[in-house]
Amino acid sequence: MTAREEVLGRIRRALGEDRAEVPEIARDYRLTDGRDPGDPALLDLLTDRLEDYKATVVRCAPADIGGAVTTALRTALGEHSPGDVVVAPGLPAEWRPDGAAEDDGRPAVALADHAATVTGVSVAVAETGTLILDGSPLCGRRALSLLPDCLVCVVEAAQVVGGVPEGLAKVDAVAPLTLISGPSATSDIELERVEGVHGPRTLIVVLVA
Amino acid sequence: MTAVFLGIPTAPRGVGHLRGEESFPDAARGALRNGQLRANLGHATSTIRGKRAHVVGELTDWAQLREAGRAIKAATMARLDEHLIALEEQVTARGGTVHWARDANEANEIVTRLVRATGTTEVVKVKSMATQEIGLNEALEAAGIAAHETDLAELIVQLGDDKPSHILVPAIHKNRAEIREIFLRTMPGVDPGLSDDPRKLAMAARAHLRERFLRARVAISGANFAVAETGTLAVVESEGNGRMCLTLPQTLITVMGIEKVVPTWRDLEVYLQLLPRSSTGERMNPYTSLWAGVTPGDGPQEFHLVLLDNGRTAVLADEVGREALHCIRCSACLNVCPVYERTGGHAYGSVYPGPIGAVLSPQLTGVEDNASLPYASSLCGACYDVCPVAIDIPSILVHLRGEHVEAQTRTTPEAAAFRALSRAMSSPRLWRLAQRAAGLGRFLARGKPTMPNALPFPASTWTRSRDLPTPPAETFTQAWAREHGG
Ligand code: SF4
Repeated sequence: MTAREEVLGRIRRALGEDRAEVPEIARDYRLTDGRDPGDPALLDLLTDRLEDYKATVVRCAPADIGGAVTTALRTALGEHSPGDVVVAPGLPAEWRPDGAAEDDGRPAVALADHAATVTGVSVAVAETGTLILDGSPLCGRRALSLLPDCLVCVVEAAQVVGGVPEGLAKVDAVAPLTLISGPSATSDIELERVEGVHGPRTLIVVLVA
Repeated sequence: MTAVFLGIPTAPRGVGHLRGEESFPDAARGALRNGQLRANLGHATSTIRGKRAHVVGELTDWAQLREAGRAIKAATMARLDEHLIALEEQVTARGGTVHWARDANEANEIVTRLVRATGTTEVVKVKSMATQEIGLNEALEAAGIAAHETDLAELIVQLGDDKPSHILVPAIHKNRAEIREIFLRTMPGVDPGLSDDPRKLAMAARAHLRERFLRARVAISGANFAVAETGTLAVVESEGNGRMCLTLPQTLITVMGIEKVVPTWRDLEVYLQLLPRSSTGERMNPYTSLWAGVTPGDGPQEFHLVLLDNGRTAVLADEVGREALHCIRCSACLNVCPVYERTGGHAYGSVYPGPIGAVLSPQLTGVEDNASLPYASSLCGACYDVCPVAIDIPSILVHLRGEHVEAQTRTTPEAAAFRALSRAMSSPRLWRLAQRAAGLGRFLARGKPTMPNALPFPASTWTRSRDLPTPPAETFTQAWAREHGG
């Protein structure tokens, strides 16, 4: 007997012959918070939650995204050469800082040579301060938002939803997804929180409204 | 119906970390004398308790989420075979390979074979309870493969040649000075002027592991959840070491207990709210990675999923004990447990400490191999109250005490004592009475470390054959009631 047959056989023996009907799951928790995506109150909530987790939030108008990204990078990196920044392949041209490199599918570890990354997001969850990246050209592959030490994410107002159920309903369950809530962190040493271990130590969110 | 009767084996002996070398009371006695350990634990558990209470209080629908979390797990277990088959189908359809392992030995063999096939002799690992349970690192080492733990706490434990003592913060028994000393001793090329500032220590770990991540060809992970209908796996973490392992190597091997499957994608909307708030006391943990099979151009191009039984089907066969399989390993029950807070994780002898360990380990191994664990509790009920999936740990403990007594074929004085104790412990009122009676024993002990044989029946039959630590002036239950008004 294969291990598969044996384990499945054990489960069937454990559960017995006549199995009771499985009741429907009551999903009477909040499925939405009643506010539409992009509601100004949600943008404030998202900002509050991100800042609580030591991310930096920069607000700007739709026409100023490129400028806001460039300023944010200068604040985070100081004087730097344009090639220190790498952007997701689907990032709109107007959002890109001058001279930034584009992720062209080079070996993933080569992305570690860059100091900062700029990507978009698929959806943002206000209540938990969570950005969801889905591996699309706008968000880039997973290594892109991981290896450079500074991550800049552009979030458009319409992408901001209230709670976790709304956020997960908007993404493709079989895409390579990363949920990001603040910079990487550890509390492993005497429970003292240290921001930035292996993931980016700096997270800047450019919130467009 | 019992597993033995149905011919369902428990986790085998001689491999992995589900059994301690000493019984709980013996191991706990040493821990109780360790003041540093108690101070660290007290600080850690009370801090996390406070954070958890704060963020749980923020959600007006916590009770509904908790009930949904419980119901989904119960529904999953009732059709576990079907969900595993669906998961296998989905993972396979998306380019992954699924392996089944009857027990720890088989899982270790599978992983060793898979690593060998890649030709590498080192792997990076994400913190995973399942791989600790089966002793995978030791098995790999025996095969000449070095397994590098990458979670900061796991790294501290591994470099210090130590054992984890908490599910969430495994190195909580070490303070910063001890961690600095371990790093200085074991990290090649570390700055000899390294200070004991947690930030500096974390950065030393970052530098130490960075190179390993970038050159790793194989990673091994566990999984927090696996969605049957989509084949999506989930790993929840904070540091980014998980993302490194799940993203950079060519080959990813995930070892997952069969109980981690959930039926639908929507189920994650429940657990991704319950888990972080209960675990680290955060609204959301910094990173959650979700993937289904293989994605061309993004992440590992070879993915293996190892589905592990190792006694889980034996737990499933017990209609009362089965609920222990619902655990999402948040560790909230550890942080509220008055027994855990004083003994720490090592005393439980298994990778699963605290209240959940007291009900899970004896079921995975068979109660005869962890006979003292069901008694490692005062049945105060705090674990049930905080459990995000509402596992009734006190009832399972009482049930297992009864099982243990049943398992004693001969009627020894011990069995009679256990039976009486089990009866007393199964009723909070009787138990409180017995504890008050034991308070008298403390008086009789007059400061001696262990109790005389003068306890009232039924405890007397138990203490005749072994030492019982002298009861404190206040019992856990009394202290709990005083501090928490419960
Ligand atoms: S038993 Fe409940 S509280 Fe304890 S670790 Fe498991 S899920 Fe968390």
